[in-house]
Order: sequence, then C-alpha cells, then structure tokens
Amino acid sequence: MSDYNFAYLDEPTKRMIRRAILKGLAIPGYQVPFASREMPMPYGWGTGGVQVTAATLTPDDTLKVIDQGADDTTNAVSIRRFFQRVAGVATTERTAEASVIQTRHRVPETPLTGDQILVYQVPIPEPLRFLEPSEVETRKMHALEDYGLMHVKLYEDIARHGEIATSYAYPARAAGRYVMDPSPIPKFDNPKLESPAIQLFGAGREQRIYALPPWTRVESLDFEDHPFDPSKAEHPCALCGARESYLDEVIVDDAGGRMFVCSDTDYCAGRRAAGHRGTEAAA
Amino acid sequence: MYVAVKGGERAIDNAHAWLAEARRGDASVAGLTLAQIREQLALAVDRVMAEGALYDADLAALAIKQARGDMIEAIFLIRAYKTTLPRLGYSRPVETAAMRVIRRVSATFKDVPGGQILGPTFDYTHRLLDFVLAAEGETPEAPEADAAPDPAPHVLGYLDREGVIQPEADGDATPGDLTRAPLELPADRALRLQALARGDEGFLLSLAYSSQRGYGRNHPFVGELRIGAVAVELDIPELGFAVEIGEVELTECETVNQFTGSKTEPAQFTRGYGLVFGQSERKAIAMALVDRALRWKELGEEDTGAPVQDEEFVLSHADNIQATGFLEHIKLPHYVDFQSELELVRRLRREAAAASEREAAE
Repeated sequence: MSDYNFAYLDEPTKRMIRRAILKGLAIPGYQVPFASREMPMPYGWGTGGVQVTAATLTPDDTLKVIDQGADDTTNAVSIRRFFQRVAGVATTERTAEASVIQTRHRVPETPLTGDQILVYQVPIPEPLRFLEPSEVETRKMHALEDYGLMHVKLYEDIARHGEIATSYAYPARAAGRYVMDPSPIPKFDNPKLESPAIQLFGAGREQRIYALPPWTRVESLDFEDHPFDPSKAEHPCALCGARESYLDEVIVDDAGGRMFVCSDTDYCAGRRAAGHRGTEAAA
Repeated sequence: MYVAVKGGERAIDNAHAWLAEARRGDASVAGLTLAQIREQLALAVDRVMAEGALYDADLAALAIKQARGDMIEAIFLIRAYKTTLPRLGYSRPVETAAMRVIRRVSATFKDVPGGQILGPTFDYTHRLLDFVLAAEGETPEAPEADAAPDPAPHVLGYLDREGVIQPEADGDATPGDLTRAPLELPADRALRLQALARGDEGFLLSLAYSSQRGYGRNHPFVGELRIGAVAVELDIPELGFAVEIGEVELTECETVNQFTGSKTEPAQFTRGYGLVFGQSERKAIAMALVDRALRWKELGEEDTGAPVQDEEFVLSHADNIQATGFLEHIKLPHYVDFQSELELVRRLRREAAAASEREAAE
C-alpha cells in the first residue's frame, strides 16, 4: 500500500462525493454540483471518473479501467495503476469479473449485471452546452424542462443532412425528465444505457456528478418519423468475426488498406478464446 | 496480420525514464538545488505559490525543478499535493495595513504618509542583458538603511474619509470557500476574488489589458501598490485567542477608478482590488482591473458585453490547471468518437452523391 488514504481522497471528501452520487441516483440525469478536487492527473484525463471511482471503491472491489473500449490504452493503464497504488484493489481486464468499471468513451459489449458499477469519465456534462454556452442559462432550461432548443437542433440536422448528424455523445432523456449527455460514447452504445448496473457519471473540471439507477428508462432523442438509429458500419471484426460489436478502423498500409476490429479488447479476446475467428485472425 | 497495439505499460515506464533523464539534462552540469531555485528564481517560486494556492517556497521550488521550469506543470503539482492536505482551519483576515513593506508606491499622490518606497523593482532598470551575470560575476551589496519606522496606512483611506470614493462596507459574513464548495453562479465578490487570486496570470493580464483598450473600460489609477510580509493569525479554540502561526509575503493593489455616477450611485471614485501571494505586481494590478470590471452590476453600470464584464466567462476560464487539462486532453485517444464521425461523413457523402446522380439522370 502507500502513504495515502485508501483511494487517495480523504474520508470527508469521499463522503461529500458519495452524497452527490446519492443525490444523482435519486434524480436520474440531473447534474449535481460537487466540490471537485485537484487530482494528480490532469483535468481531461478522467479526474471526475477517478473521484467517483475513489468514492465508490471498497477494499474488496475488483476494478477494470478502459479507454476507447480497451484495457491497454495508455490512459487506462495509468488510471488502473493509480488505483493499484493508492487503493491496492484487485484489477482485472475481464468485464464479467469486475465489480467497478471506469470507462472513457465506451460501454463494454459484455452485458453488465446488477452487481456492477459503471463509472463514466465526462468532459462536458451539459448536453445543451454547445447550443447555449452559459451555465446559468442551461440550468434554467433544465429546471423548466425547456428542451426546445435541442429539438430544433436535431430538426435542423434532418433538414440539412437528411438525418440527425450526431454520432457520439448522443443526447438522451433519463426517466422521462432530464436530458443528459451520456459522455462521448458512440450512439451505438446508447441502448446499453438501460442497464441492470448502476451507472455513475463524473465530470471533474466542470464539478458535476450525475447518475442512472439500474433499469432507468433512457430514451435517445428522436422524432416519430426519424427514429433513433444506433447503427454502425457493416463490417465483421477481422479478428473475432463479431458482427454485433463496435469496431475501430485501423489503417494497415499506406495504400489505403484498412481493417475493422472490435474496440472492446476483452470482448474480442474472449470470443477468440472461444474459437471465433475473423478473416485476419492468426491460424 | 494486425497485432493490436499492446505494451502500454512498458511504453509509459520508458517514457517516464526518458522524461527523468531529460529533466536532469547534461549530467556533467551541476544539478540545481532547491535552495538555488528558491533564492534565485524567487519570482517563479512566487507564481507557483500564488496559482498553486499553497504558500510553501520549498515545495514550489521542488515543483519547478520537477516540472523542468514549466510553470503551469509546477502549479499543477502543487495543486495535486494540496488535495492531500487536511484543512485544519481558517486564519483571521490578514492585516495588510500592518504590512512590513519592502515596496509601496501610489500613483495618485506625489507623497503619502509612510512614503513612496521603490523596493526591489524592475521598473526603472534598462532592459540590457547583463553579461556580468553570464560571466558569473558577483553582485555588489546594496546599500542599507534602517527599516522604515513610519506606519504606512492605506492610501485609499484618505479618499474614503473624504467621502469621494465608494465605501467598502465591513461584512461579518463568512466568505465561501472555492476549494470546498462547487462554484455556483452568480458568485459573490469574495468568491470572485478567490478565483482571480489563483487564476492564470496571463489570462488576467490579457483581460485587464482588453479593458484598458476599451472592452469594458473602467479608467483605473493605481491608488496603492504594496509588497511585504504580513502575520497570519489563527484562532485556537482551546486557547480562546489567536496565535501568530507564520508570515506570508503578499502583493496588494488597490485601484481608484473614475466613475461619474449612475442612476443609483452619486459621482464618486470606485475601487478594484488585487491580492496575490509573493511578489507579483503584474498579477495584482490585473486582478484589480478585472475585479473592478466585474462589479458593473453592483455599481449600476452598463453591460457593454465585454468579456471582462462577463462573470461566468471570466471565472470559468481563469484557472490554468482546468484550462490546460481540457486543452491538452484532445491528444488522448478519441478514435471511437472519430470512427463514428467518419462513418457519418462517409454516409452523408454517399447519399449526396447518389442524390446528384439521380438529378443528373432526370
């Protein structure tokens, strides 16, 4: 272990964060202001998620950290190491074995269970921010349930492009009330927001926490004649052959060659271990 | 055959090792000691203490050394360290009127009780590179005099007693604490000043400069600028009285701002206030100008839409640790989001091409 308090933050700070989490769970999708602390990694690297994870972890937890769906991206490695060092908790790369999963930009492909907590790193928690830059104004809009501006934006997308031109951080409405930013996950992941797991969202720099209790109804915004479409590119994973997982496009040569592979590395490895093979898999 | 990019852990370890070596530089050159940084790069140490919001010169020197002289990185190290420190209590307000001044000037009066004291200032140096320093020549000792025996009351007090400057009411309300509660807007002046005191020097400088050039102009004079040491006193509940626990060096700037009266206020001068750890006149003056500009509402002035008048804009963007983190985080992987955008753009282009083909065929 180390000289730091368990999970780095002192107990009063963790209590303050837990209160914000509980309030967030009580009002799904509502952004709860909290006194975010300066963490030993920069704002933008997941300080909100790290604080929520720190306030959530117990010594018996098993932690998984992913970035872009992968356990081995550098920032996921760095955050996992941080908690190994300051909390001494067990870590895993297997989605099914983790009790707490901190993520950036993805929801794991393996369905979560009621025993798990998914912690999202959030850069801009305010779904209305790029329509209205003032926080004073957007809080008012949420309070009045005034989401007309957002619907106009989505309508203008359809008028201009023939479809809603938002492909990630796709706005959703929680429990029929608050419109929330699901963090920059691809819209492909939006249906997974209705989950048996507890989902917590931490935005450190913006000092906001929000949450989705298990099985909260989460509707991605759409119109009757333009229903939400979580589709992705039609390719199978070149390594495991999966057709139902989100894929990264990898450029493999300088002649425009490319291949598509699962962004969720644990999911892909699990499928290959079970004998699934894609076109590029080693024999 | 594509091999997924692995080895993040080893890459990080190697990067850290390289960073440590690069930080040290040429090993045949003597390493810097913290005492050298503290004594000879004192203004850098002051900036790290001010924006790191932690008054400890040795820790600031360590941060500067570890950060290879990158000031914002050093400030960040101090802020992260500060998170681990328990909050024992709040000091009494420091008495800047009782400051042991090493510098004190007023631009509004030729002479004032306590005198004008230039102190260790760059103001009248000719900015000529001093090659004696390059040759590592020794600096001759400065002449000494006895410490100024006269008390140096605040210059603005004279205007205050005459009634020509807007009075600053004594309040006994406990000010909020920016580091313990999330900033909610609108913020009161105490919170604004806290945010400005640890805000980025460059950001405040540019905002203050923009106000001087007409974007939210407020006609400032430096009523007084003082630098020196003040005692920090803490009430000890077990003792029932306050105990001096140390001394901090501060730069304080009070501006006198022209003001011709409005619907709600008679003609009088108004004030801006800047207070910064260590010696930083640039920051203290800039802070005072920005503080004054943010007070437009309370003084019944017009909102000209200038950035410096917009409390939410100023307070949301003044912190360089927040700013640098969010700015630089875009170098982290974003390929999941980019992939979804790429697919969207490809699809929209396909549909547009198909539509124009149909049109051509008709």
